[in-house]
Amino acid sequence: MAGVLGTSIKRREDPALITGRGKYTDDLKVEGMAHAAIVRSPYAHARIRGIDASAAEALPGVLAVLTARDVAAAGIPGVVPVGWLLPDLKTPAHPMIAADTVRHVGDAVAVVVAEDRYLARDAADRVAVDYEPLDAVADVVAALEDGAPAVHEEAPGNVAFDWEIGERESVDAAFASAAHTVELDLRNNRLIPHAIEPRAVLASYDSSTGEMTIHMTSQNPHVHRLLMTLASLGMPEHKVRIVAPEVGGGFGSKIHHYADEAIVGLCSMKLDRPVKWTATRTETNLTDAHGRDHSTHCALALDADGRITGLRVDTAAAMGAYLSTFAPAVPTYLYGTLMSGQYDIPAIHCHVTGVFTHTTPVDAYRGAGRPEATYVVERLMHLAGDATGLGPVEVRRRNFVPPDAFPYQTQVALAYDSGNYGPAMDRALEMIGYDDLKSEQASRRDNGGKQIGIGFSSYIEACGLAPSAVVGSLGAQAGQWESADVRVHPTASVTVYTGSSSHGQGHETTFSQIVADRLGIDPEAVEVIHGDTDLVQFGMGTYGSRSAAVGGSAIARSVDKIIEKGKKIAAHLLEASAEDLEYEDGSFRVAGSPDRSLALGDVALQAYLAHNYPDDLEPGLSATSFYDPANFTYPFGTHVCVVEVDTETGSIELLRYAAVDDVGNVINPMIVDGQLHGGLAQGIGQALWENAVYDESGQLVSGSLMDYAVPKIHNLIPFELDRTTTPCPHNPLGVKGVGEAGAIASPAAVVNAVVDALAPFGISHIDMPLTPEKVWRAVNS
Amino acid sequence: MTVSIQLEVNGKPVQAAVEPRRLLVHFLREDLGLTGANIGCETSLCGACTVLLDGDAVKSCTMLAAQADGASVTTIEGLAQNGELHPLQEGFWEKHGLQCGYCTPGMILSANYLLAQNPSPNDEEIREGLKGNICRCTGYHNIVEAVKYAAERMS
Ligand code: FES
Ligand code: FES
Repeated sequence: MAGVLGTSIKRREDPALITGRGKYTDDLKVEGMAHAAIVRSPYAHARIRGIDASAAEALPGVLAVLTARDVAAAGIPGVVPVGWLLPDLKTPAHPMIAADTVRHVGDAVAVVVAEDRYLARDAADRVAVDYEPLDAVADVVAALEDGAPAVHEEAPGNVAFDWEIGERESVDAAFASAAHTVELDLRNNRLIPHAIEPRAVLASYDSSTGEMTIHMTSQNPHVHRLLMTLASLGMPEHKVRIVAPEVGGGFGSKIHHYADEAIVGLCSMKLDRPVKWTATRTETNLTDAHGRDHSTHCALALDADGRITGLRVDTAAAMGAYLSTFAPAVPTYLYGTLMSGQYDIPAIHCHVTGVFTHTTPVDAYRGAGRPEATYVVERLMHLAGDATGLGPVEVRRRNFVPPDAFPYQTQVALAYDSGNYGPAMDRALEMIGYDDLKSEQASRRDNGGKQIGIGFSSYIEACGLAPSAVVGSLGAQAGQWESADVRVHPTASVTVYTGSSSHGQGHETTFSQIVADRLGIDPEAVEVIHGDTDLVQFGMGTYGSRSAAVGGSAIARSVDKIIEKGKKIAAHLLEASAEDLEYEDGSFRVAGSPDRSLALGDVALQAYLAHNYPDDLEPGLSATSFYDPANFTYPFGTHVCVVEVDTETGSIELLRYAAVDDVGNVINPMIVDGQLHGGLAQGIGQALWENAVYDESGQLVSGSLMDYAVPKIHNLIPFELDRTTTPCPHNPLGVKGVGEAGAIASPAAVVNAVVDALAPFGISHIDMPLTPEKVWRAVNS
Repeated sequence: MTVSIQLEVNGKPVQAAVEPRRLLVHFLREDLGLTGANIGCETSLCGACTVLLDGDAVKSCTMLAAQADGASVTTIEGLAQNGELHPLQEGFWEKHGLQCGYCTPGMILSANYLLAQNPSPNDEEIREGLKGNICRCTGYHNIVEAVKYAAERMS
């Protein structure tokens, strides 16, 4: 249907969700369902001397208590694997249930299954575990020090990997001849994803068929099925069905394969009945993979004109106690490769050490590596603006990759396919009223009192990891294509089966728009099915802002195949040559003879009747595509944050936040804006409030919403958004991706704004989160 | 041991025998099958479990079912009347006030309470009134718009 692309159609997902009819995993109830509660280590590092479950087992209604022994006795692989390998990566085993050693608070040591949720919890509290506490190390820098407690024997010095990209020598040369250099030691604070729905699973094994259906909080059911069957439960893949019902947010945390879901699967197999487990907030915070947690030294060299000549980055990145699913890729291929930002940088070197610590594993969380890279580059650019005297705007402009330089090969592997960075900056300055703000700032500086600061972040993002052969050569143990099966029914309504798996993004609405636009039909005539391994062909799921660019492109490809086939059928029926047929607004027409046409419905019906039909064609009108993109897509933009800082108390007030993003063509502007809003809230949250804090013994002291400050509504302000549009040149939709942009750009914009406000105090850096205490201390030191 | 309770849920009388420690949210979700109220924490902070109890917005994870004896409870399932969406439900749909939807029932019921107290709140009053409900998806921008939409519709 014309005009359906680029239109803010209301979401078809919403009627169920606003009336309470949407079913999330914990809402599901099946006959004979038992409840599991997992017994977890209270220590960051300890030896298990023994487990006495007798008091738990004695409670009426307790069905089983399982430990590592039962995993071994079941003869299953019993591990949680890592899905991305780097050269010389240390891959110590991650057992589903800890056998003799626990390595982080929250490590599973036993599971109790009981008839009732409350009873399972009571019984879990009665499992007596005899621990011998051992020294632990939770801090990423401390873990690298000589004599630090070892997390794994197999990883001397707690080093999981040592990785680099770029050329050290040319960077050294750039620094040797630089006119200006700036440098920074920074921490990228550890974050807890906090999808508001905690992780949950309902596993239903049936010994009469040997099949298991698992409903779970998943961003990628097929990937979960593969890892669950192959590495954990040792079941044949085709005997397991994974369904992601409504999923209450993920932000990365529901990509990864976790021990808990596998443990519940084992319980169901052992008991031959359905078992449900739903994490408490505390449990989900102790076990969902965390994000970020870097310690970085970085430096930028510039010539006398303020052009960047070299960038040097050295990062220690926490992996936590075990390697989570995609953990090794995050601070390497999703971080080091982004170091060129929007800039033409002739020499870059980035060295990363992956570090085991006695903490919850770290993996992809909204942005995954790219927020960390943007933070490094954009903090340095802020300092470079000061050091060169060019200021934050001019120093950026002077170094932008010029629009005529695309495709642009960076020094860190990525080749940017398209971009036009100046206009986004121009528009952002206009929206924010930069000149007026500068004079306001100057007068406040003269008059004292609360100071205002203006912070910029000109970011680049790489969405939709691709192509598969390249990511494979970099260590991925998975392809990065996406699948779509599009079926036109005899009555010309359409069902799409997509391998992407929505958990709040509105795929059903957006994907129906893609089909409606291409096929020239009403979006209401399109149904979108996702999140069920029994219904949908293998798919890779939703993460990395890939669903529109990769999943949507697969759908577009399938629709194109259908149109091609339809042309052959129509040509036969119209006694014309297929080459002479055009498809427009839902009809096949013979070019130049407008009266010779057939509606999609006529052709679809004939495709299924196959009575009067081309000899060389199979009946039916459906097409499957596995779309493997030629490259990443490269969204970009400039964000500007304005803050007011009370230098007496250290408190920060957000005054304005303007974001100009270029995400390519936009399918549904309302949904795109919503994605940006959510990402901004998470990025601003990282900058100002959020922090996963471990004490020296490895206790997570900000593990609940009492002490981990997820942004609330009164903390935030309305966001001012606009767009430029530079379509992606290599996918059929020209779309790029938007899920992570807000979280990637905003931490640097906020911190740059605060540092800008505090410039008169000689402050050039404060580590996130910028709590009033830290700001006050910086002002008063 | 159980205690017997009598209450009204979404306009219908309900009688039950519950364990004294049973939380109201579990009673609603598991015993009555009203799974609209969600659970996002155990520290009374996220608000996903918010329901109306005699017209007040309460966090049903922070109350025992036994304490609701004699009360009238409205959950998200009871908000639409005669098949007509409540203006707040419409507003959240119209203004894209939800993404994953997990916070939404609680958010809508808190907003319902807010509008009952203050039928035409400004932005700041909306943000103040909803600070007991966490949304991780929307950045709240469109939630404010949704509540304003409903306030206008209801006035
Ligand atoms: S479940 Fe979080 S406040 Fe009730
Ligand atoms: S819509 Fe997902 S938490 Fe609010």
